[in-house]
Amino acid sequence: MAPHNISRRNILSAGLAVGSASALAHLPSDAKTIAGEMPWAPGVANAPQSVTPGGYQFLSTNEAAFIDAAISRLIPEDELGPGAREAGVTTFIDRQLAGSFGAAETWYMQGPWGGGSKSQGYQTRLTPAQLYRAAIKAIDEHCHATFSGKSFAELQPEQQDQILTGLEKGEIKLKGAEAVTFFETFLQNTIEGFFSDPIYGGNREMVGWKLIGFPGARYDYRPYVAKHGEKLNLPPVGIKGRAEWTPRS
Amino acid sequence: MARKLPSADVVLVGFGWTGAILGQELTDAGLQVVAIERGSWRDTPTDFAVTFAQDELRYYWRRALFQQPARETLTFRNNATETALPMRRLGSFLPGTGVGGAGIHWNGMTFRFLPSDFIAKSHNTQRYGADAVPADMTIQDWGVTYDELEPYYDKFEYLCGIAGKAGNIKGKIQDGGNPFEGARSRDYPTPPMDMVYGPTLFAAAAKELGHRPFPGPSANMSRAYTNPLGVQLAPCTYCGFCEKYGCGNYSKASAQTTILPVLLRKDNFELRTESEVTKINLDSSGKRAVSVTYVDAQGQEYEQPAELIILCAYQLHNVRLMLLSGIGMPYDSASGVGVVGKNYGYQITSSVDVFFDDKFINPFIGAGSLGMVVDEFNGDNFDHTGLGFIGGGYIAGWNTNGRPIETHRTPQGTPRWGAKWKRAVAENYLKSFSISTHGAVMSHRTNALDLDPTYRDILGRPLMRMTFDFTDNEHRMSDYLTDRAAEIAKAMQPREMKVTKRTGSYSIVPYQTTHNTGGAIMGTDPKSSAINRYLQSWDVPNVFVMGSTAFPQNPGYNPTGTVGALAYWAADAIKTQYMKNPGPLVQA
Repeated sequence: MAPHNISRRNILSAGLAVGSASALAHLPSDAKTIAGEMPWAPGVANAPQSVTPGGYQFLSTNEAAFIDAAISRLIPEDELGPGAREAGVTTFIDRQLAGSFGAAETWYMQGPWGGGSKSQGYQTRLTPAQLYRAAIKAIDEHCHATFSGKSFAELQPEQQDQILTGLEKGEIKLKGAEAVTFFETFLQNTIEGFFSDPIYGGNREMVGWKLIGFPGARYDYRPYVAKHGEKLNLPPVGIKGRAEWTPRS
Repeated sequence: MARKLPSADVVLVGFGWTGAILGQELTDAGLQVVAIERGSWRDTPTDFAVTFAQDELRYYWRRALFQQPARETLTFRNNATETALPMRRLGSFLPGTGVGGAGIHWNGMTFRFLPSDFIAKSHNTQRYGADAVPADMTIQDWGVTYDELEPYYDKFEYLCGIAGKAGNIKGKIQDGGNPFEGARSRDYPTPPMDMVYGPTLFAAAAKELGHRPFPGPSANMSRAYTNPLGVQLAPCTYCGFCEKYGCGNYSKASAQTTILPVLLRKDNFELRTESEVTKINLDSSGKRAVSVTYVDAQGQEYEQPAELIILCAYQLHNVRLMLLSGIGMPYDSASGVGVVGKNYGYQITSSVDVFFDDKFINPFIGAGSLGMVVDEFNGDNFDHTGLGFIGGGYIAGWNTNGRPIETHRTPQGTPRWGAKWKRAVAENYLKSFSISTHGAVMSHRTNALDLDPTYRDILGRPLMRMTFDFTDNEHRMSDYLTDRAAEIAKAMQPREMKVTKRTGSYSIVPYQTTHNTGGAIMGTDPKSSAINRYLQSWDVPNVFVMGSTAFPQNPGYNPTGTVGALAYWAADAIKTQYMKNPGPLVQA
C-alpha cells in the first residue's frame, strides 16, 4: 500500500453544537466530514435549558394533587427543613413528563412486549408519562374504594404511607399499570428533583443541597483537598449561580 | 442504492480511544485513513464546558453522552432457558457513542494487568493443578505476554500523562507503589494526585493490617502535562464529575485531549461523523474484506472501499459487526464450537460503606481515579489453595464523587423514603465513605454473545443477544474480597458499616461497570480464538479488531490501560510487518 492523498472536503459548520440539550441529544443531524483542522466554534456551547416558569404542562389538577401529597410523604418537610413539595419537585416531575424523558424518547420501545425476570429490567410498554397517568388514576380509584370515596391527597399521612408501602411492595395491584414499576420510577424522580440542579425546576433555592451540605456545581476544590476531616461550610452554587439569584417560579 | 466512494488505504470503524490511536499511528506511517463514526463531533468547550459540565441530571440520569437504546441496544438473558428481552434503557453498563467514545465519560483508572493475567490458563493449572480450571471455565492464555506489551503500556501512559507511583521499575520494588505489578521500564509520567481524606483513612487502615496500599493510577492530571504529541492537559480541579461526564477542564485523558488536535490537522486523515457502518463487505472467497457499507443521518447509504479495515468500536459493537458481516465462525455455546461471541466477560463488584460521627469526608472533593488501592487479593497475588476459586480483584478506597442523586449513603436498615430516610441522608452525606471491590470474571462456556432471533435495531439489523450470569467462581471470589474489604473497613473504626455483597444472578438494571469484554478473543489457535496475537482476524486477514473484545477473560482491573496498550501493539505490527507484506501475521 503506497501512501497517497485523496481530495479533501472541508465541510465545517460553525453552528454544529448550537441548541438545547433535549433538541440536539436525540435527533441525528447531518453527517459531517471533518478533515484538515479541528472543528472549532468559539462562543458556541451546547448549554442546558432551564425549565420555563408557569403552570403545569403535563399534570392535570388531580394528578398534581396526588404528586404534591405523595412526595410530601417520600421526602417530608420537617424540623430539618423543606421537603420535596416545598423544593418544587412537582414542577420538576411535570416538566420531565412533558419532555423527552416522559416520552421515553431515548429508550428502546419496539415490540414484542412481555414481562421477563427481574434481572432483565424495565419491560412495560408505557412511557413514563403514560405510566404516571395510568398509575395515578388507578391509585385514586383504589383509595376511593378503600377509604370511602377519598382520593389519595385527601387521606391522613399514615394512610398515605400505607398506600405507598403497598405500592412499593407490590401488594396493591393497579389497573393498567404495574405498581412496583410506578413506585420505583416515582421515587427515583422525586430524589432527582430534590437533588438536581435548580434549572430543572426542583431543588428550589438549593434546599436539597443545603440539607446535606453538597456545594453544588462547583468546578474547583483544589484549595480544600488538603483540609482533611474539616467541616467546610461551602454555600451551594448552581449552573445559574447562587441560591439567592434563583428566580421563584 | 449505496453510493460508492473512492478507495482509502485504511478505514477505521468507530472513533474513540482505539480509533484515535490507530489513526495517529497509521497516518504517521503515511497511510491515508478514513474514520467513520456513528455519533457526532463533540469537544470540551462546546459540549461539556466547565460552566455547565457539573450537571448530574442531564449527563448521568438523562444519559446525554451515551449510546441511546432507541437507536441500538441488545437483548439479555441470564441463561439459555430464558427468552432474551431488550435492554430498553441503559443500566448495568454505559456504552458511548460519538467522537471519543466511552473514553469521554470514563473515570480514568488506568491499570496494567498482571503478568500472570496474560497466561491465566497455564499459570493456574501449573500452580493449582488441572482441576483448578473446571471444564466449563473456558479461560485461555492471551497469546501475548506482559513483557511484550510493556513498551506499549508505557506509550499509552505517556500519551495520557497518567499520575501514579511505580511499584516495580525494571524488577526493583519501589516503596509506595504496587509491589505486585509487572516490571515497568520507568515511572509514571506524572506523580500521584493529592490524596483526599477518605482514601487516606482507608490506606492507613490497610497498612495497619499489613497491606501495601498505593495511589490509583489516574488519567486525571495531578499537574499540567504536555504529551509526546505536544498536546497539553491541565491540572485536575477535583470537581467530582468524571465517570458519566465529559471533563470541562482538559484534565482527563481522552482522544480529544491527547490525540485529535494533532490527528485532525493531518492531510491524510478524514473523519466522517453521524455515519454508521452497517456491514463489512467480503469478496467472493470470504477471505478478504473489500469495503464497508455505512448509512448517514439522512439514510443515504455509502460504500467505502479500503485495503485495511480496523474495527475500533465498543466491544459489543465490534462483535456484532463481525456476526453481521460473516467474519469468523459464530460461537455455539451448546457445542462449544465457533469463535465469534465466545467468552463474553464482565466484572463483579461489591462495596463496604463506613459511617463516621466526627470525620468530615467531604465526598464532593473527588476525581474519577482519586483513591488508594490494595492489590494483595488480585489475580494470583495470593495463595488460592483451598479457596474454591481462581482470580481476584482489587480493594479500593476511591473518592470519585459526592453527586447527591447517585451518592447518598445510608446506614443498614434505613428506610428508602420518608422522614427517617431524609434524616439519615442529611446526617451521613458528609461523613460517610465507600470501599469498593473490583473483581475478575473468568470465562464460562455459556456466557456468550450471538444475534437475537426477534428484536431489531433502528436500521433493521438483528440486535445482539447477551447470555450472561455470574458463576460460583465469581461469587466465591467476590465474597472473599468483600470479607477482606470489611476487615479494612473495621480497622477504619467507623461508627457503623454496611456490607453489600453481590448476591444472586447478574442483573442488567443497576449500574456496575462499563467493562464488557471478549466475544472476539485473541489467542494462538484459530479453533479457539477469533483473532491472532496481533488482533488480526484469522479468517479475514485484512480486518483487525481493537478493544476489550480481545480479552479471553476479564482480569480484576479496569480495562482501558490494556485496551490502549493492545492498540499500540497492533498498530506497531501493522506498520512494521503487515505494510511490508499484507497477509496473515501468524500462520494458523
